Amino acid sequence: MNIAVCIKQTPDTTTRIQVADGGGEIVDDGIQWIISPYDEFAIEEALKLTEANGGEVTIVSMGPARVEKTIREALAMGAQKAIRIDCESIPNDPGVTAKVLAEVLRGRGFDLIFTGRQAIDGDQAQVPGRLAHLLDWACVSVVIDLAIDGDKGTALREVEGGSERVHFTMPAVIGANRHLNEPRYRNMRGIMKAKRIPIEVVQVDAPAPQLEITSYSYPPQKGERKLFENGASDVAEVVRLLREEAQVI
Amino acid sequence: MILIISDIQEGKLRSVNAEVYTAAVALGKETGQPVATVLLGASGLKELAATAGNYGVEKAIVVEDAGLAPFSPDAYAAAIAHVIRETGASVVLMGATFTGKDVMPRVAQHLDVALVQDVINVRDEGGLVFTRPMYAGKVHADVRVQTSPALATIRPKSYKPAEQAADVAVEPMSVSVPAAKVQVVAYEGSSNGKLDVTEADIIVSGGRGMQGADKWGMLEELADLLGAATGCSRPVSDDGWRPHEEHIGQTGKTVSPDLYIACGISGAIQHVAGVSSSKFIVAVNKDPEAPIFKVADYGIVGDVFDVVPVITEEIRKVKG
Repeated sequence: MNIAVCIKQTPDTTTRIQVADGGGEIVDDGIQWIISPYDEFAIEEALKLTEANGGEVTIVSMGPARVEKTIREALAMGAQKAIRIDCESIPNDPGVTAKVLAEVLRGRGFDLIFTGRQAIDGDQAQVPGRLAHLLDWACVSVVIDLAIDGDKGTALREVEGGSERVHFTMPAVIGANRHLNEPRYRNMRGIMKAKRIPIEVVQVDAPAPQLEITSYSYPPQKGERKLFENGASDVAEVVRLLREEAQVI
Repeated sequence: MILIISDIQEGKLRSVNAEVYTAAVALGKETGQPVATVLLGASGLKELAATAGNYGVEKAIVVEDAGLAPFSPDAYAAAIAHVIRETGASVVLMGATFTGKDVMPRVAQHLDVALVQDVINVRDEGGLVFTRPMYAGKVHADVRVQTSPALATIRPKSYKPAEQAADVAVEPMSVSVPAAKVQVVAYEGSSNGKLDVTEADIIVSGGRGMQGADKWGMLEELADLLGAATGCSRPVSDDGWRPHEEHIGQTGKTVSPDLYIACGISGAIQHVAGVSSSKFIVAVNKDPEAPIFKVADYGIVGDVFDVVPVITEEIRKVKG
């Protein structure tokens, strides 16, 4: 079973995201880059499946040269191959990403493609569904449990207040959620091995974006904050304010 | 035409539909466009159409086809794409539920157009502008699309439902439904029909400061009193004190309730991002320097085990 895992380099979750003056872009400087956390569950699931069934895991990521550091971190978990799709900056139109991924992955003999349920920067959650449509494959996303049996699969996906049990046909694009598994730690042996794996760099002509982010801003600041320092004895006043001023209860 | 894809689960309209109808009717007035909704399923949809009328939607397109049960996101997407082409809709909206966010990217790729997910505000400024949170809510982005129709999912709790009666014209439509590659065979509710945090008006949430799974009774009591959902921070779900679907934050759920009550939550940046679009935040924490107080409208410095029972008692008093 040969599996591609599409990963995205994103800012670490602890990053205080800064909007550039004028609101035109997000400031890139000083960001610590990581594998988007949902993608680690995708990598782990792919590794487990190939360990059980044979085959190879190929890490695929789109972006400039700086993305190779993140690809190596993914390889250090145990993947065998890697592709970087070269572009000046990672697209913020998921339609572009899906089309480019489809073009690069089509015809390479993959049986399964994993992604994260969404990347934690754009939070779009569009690539798995779009990619599957372009390949004419099945897609199940936000997956918390997965079993594959020949040309069929069963998954549990998270939904409001519970989960859905889903049957699907192979090949498939699977969007991994937290709790799908416990991603392994990168050990020194894996890190050393990953350094020697060549990263295939692919050039593609990206299609034109269909959406434009015209400005970024911080969430609007709310009214004055009130701090009550006397614990339980201030509660009656807080409840009165919630009812009369805020009118939320 | 502005077309809303009604989100139906277990034969019922989800609560988010009223919010999306409201957003669509307002946008229809702003842009001078008629507003219609489409209901898709195997049967029994006509009775649901009247609900759309309560929020000012004037037309309900009903697509009943045996091929739409059990629910299949790819079969639905194909059927929706067909309805969009047939109606020539210029704007298509759906609630940003797990279903909406799963189906609409497929619809967008059917039509090869842009989709804006998790929109919290849409308006006409010489072309539609969609505002959506990014980085789990650390920043907001204004987005314009260059393709038509404009597709968007609307984040639950972003619009207040506004009732305004309209006569709904029900119009059946038949579509060709392709064979499904993916089928939902069962819904497994894991929290006894409790409200999901993404749909709740009020959330009572607990963090590490709650000290253990056995201490949640007092938060559940407060939640029950308020008709609220219970939520938690990441360490709490990681340690298995609470089920993972209650985890709120950057790698969990982002929420927009009217009132968020944070108990014993310090306020790590990932958690704060996930609650930043709450309309009102109350925090209880014994550490006056806890970062949660920087985002709380009302902060109460004190031990959660002293403060929370008094909150419950006081609310019980005012609620009579």
